[in-house]
Amino acid sequence: MSGEVRDRLSRSRTRTAWLFLAPMLVVLALVAAWPLLRTIWLGLTDANLLRMDQAKWVGFENFAGKHGLLHDKVWWHAVKNTLWFTVCTVSIETVLGMVIALVLTRTFPGRALVRAAVLIPWAVPTVVSAKMWSWMLNDQFGIINHILLGLGIIDSPKAWTADPDLLMSSVVLVDVWKTTPFMALLILAALQMLPKECYEAAQLDGVHPVKVFFKVTLPLIRPALLVAVIFRALDAIRIFDLIYVLTGTRESTMTMSIYARQSLIEFQQVGYGSAASTLLFFIVALLTVIYVLVGRVKLGGD
Amino acid sequence: MAALTVRSLVGKLLFYLLVAAIVVFAVFPFYYAIVTSLKSSTELFSVDYFPVKWDFGNYVGVFRDNPFATNLWNSVIVAVITVVISLFLGITAAYALARIKFRGRSLLLLTILGVSMFPQIAVLSGMYQMIRALGLYNHLAALVLSYMIFTLPFTVWVLTTFMRELPKELEEAAILDGASPWVIVTRVFMPLMWPALVTTGLLAFIAAWNEFLFALTFTLTNDKRTVPVGIATMSGASAHELPWGNIMAASVIVTLPLVLLVLIFQRRIVSGLTAGAVKG
Repeated sequence: MSGEVRDRLSRSRTRTAWLFLAPMLVVLALVAAWPLLRTIWLGLTDANLLRMDQAKWVGFENFAGKHGLLHDKVWWHAVKNTLWFTVCTVSIETVLGMVIALVLTRTFPGRALVRAAVLIPWAVPTVVSAKMWSWMLNDQFGIINHILLGLGIIDSPKAWTADPDLLMSSVVLVDVWKTTPFMALLILAALQMLPKECYEAAQLDGVHPVKVFFKVTLPLIRPALLVAVIFRALDAIRIFDLIYVLTGTRESTMTMSIYARQSLIEFQQVGYGSAASTLLFFIVALLTVIYVLVGRVKLGGD
Repeated sequence: MAALTVRSLVGKLLFYLLVAAIVVFAVFPFYYAIVTSLKSSTELFSVDYFPVKWDFGNYVGVFRDNPFATNLWNSVIVAVITVVISLFLGITAAYALARIKFRGRSLLLLTILGVSMFPQIAVLSGMYQMIRALGLYNHLAALVLSYMIFTLPFTVWVLTTFMRELPKELEEAAILDGASPWVIVTRVFMPLMWPALVTTGLLAFIAAWNEFLFALTFTLTNDKRTVPVGIATMSGASAHELPWGNIMAASVIVTLPLVLLVLIFQRRIVSGLTAGAVKG
């Protein structure tokens, strides 16, 4: 092929690329870019749900004003809850996920069945898991109280989904149940990519399995583990449905997403709620940048 | 020597205890939902570990007392249309991103990855306003449109990863034969991509089937609600008396197909999930 022909071919290939990308880009612009910019803009206005077109520009009033987010105790409470929830669930899920993944790397009879069983919580829709657990955690008829009373761990039934001191633990428990499988699968994938020779060598040397884990396995899967942890953390920070269905908009489990939606829809303060959404967006964006940097995601493919 | 066998026996026993604990923890809540759903309203308030008898009253009740059939139908429609559109847009975009070198490709992929991390709440008020403006409020189309924000980036990402691995020769032969890019995508790549299409389609289906926030916000009336919103808002005669039997029956109905799908396509789903998250 002469240079000119190749040039023409490559130009026509580039045209094709954009043509094929266009429909997807148009849709993404419509459902992601525009609504995001609009939300950020609304956060700088006093928009109300019932009269969105009469929104007036108020600058950073919703953020830093006298009645702004930064002066709202409830908002700070939501921030604290969100961070606490994220730290608790992600760390418990990582440890449990690691245990399950390590179990699944061993060969034993019935392993395929165990792996299938572990996947079930992942397959259960979030709203359904919230309902299932809220029935199990029911203060009067719930099986959890029944079991704990029977074992003598508690001496009176607990109101797991009503008592403000217990709400957060209940929410964490259900989230751990629901998302540990995902963590286990990600860790399992990382474990299965490890070279077998390391283990065999360590085994021959008679090194204790626990030591092998901390000295060989953990350092080797650390990059993958880190990515999985950040991925899960991003998910946990956005948490809405599980908590909304399990405990509603109670203050003791109010998260940043629940706070934003309550302002937007229930209190109809679109400007204020959008400001709350915007802050959450920037926190998540920051973490995403870290995720991409840490993950050293392969982009070009060449 | 005897001490060693005892130790390995104890080790084995502990290992199987751990396995049993994992399985019980994973499976019990769903099992208990099934047990509860098979109880009559009087048996509901005693705790039983095994089904007492097979009473399908709740399964009749959930359809009689709620617009549950409509909710199911809405969920199926929304999820299927969302999957079809996402796959179509995903595969054409993936072809461009995986097979053609052009300027700005890396930046584009990065942007798409970024969009998949968007918190849904971050676009809620903007999306609400747009849906109002388009006249789609309380229409199923509003859900299909808004679900693109999480199905599309994921679909594009996984399909691009998959298409990148296919050999160059396939395409070169087709180009020499004078095939247009459209023919290459539909005739050369599509037949090879069934596994990836099934995986991404399934994951997109599950995501759309389970979505709650948009469905709660963009629909208003019972006849437009999808299953998650239907279940979350199911109420009994009084506000304090939730119809637990019906709720559990509904939960089992919507979860059983998903559990079966996940178990059948176990391997595919696992590989799709890890491609979406870890390997990138």
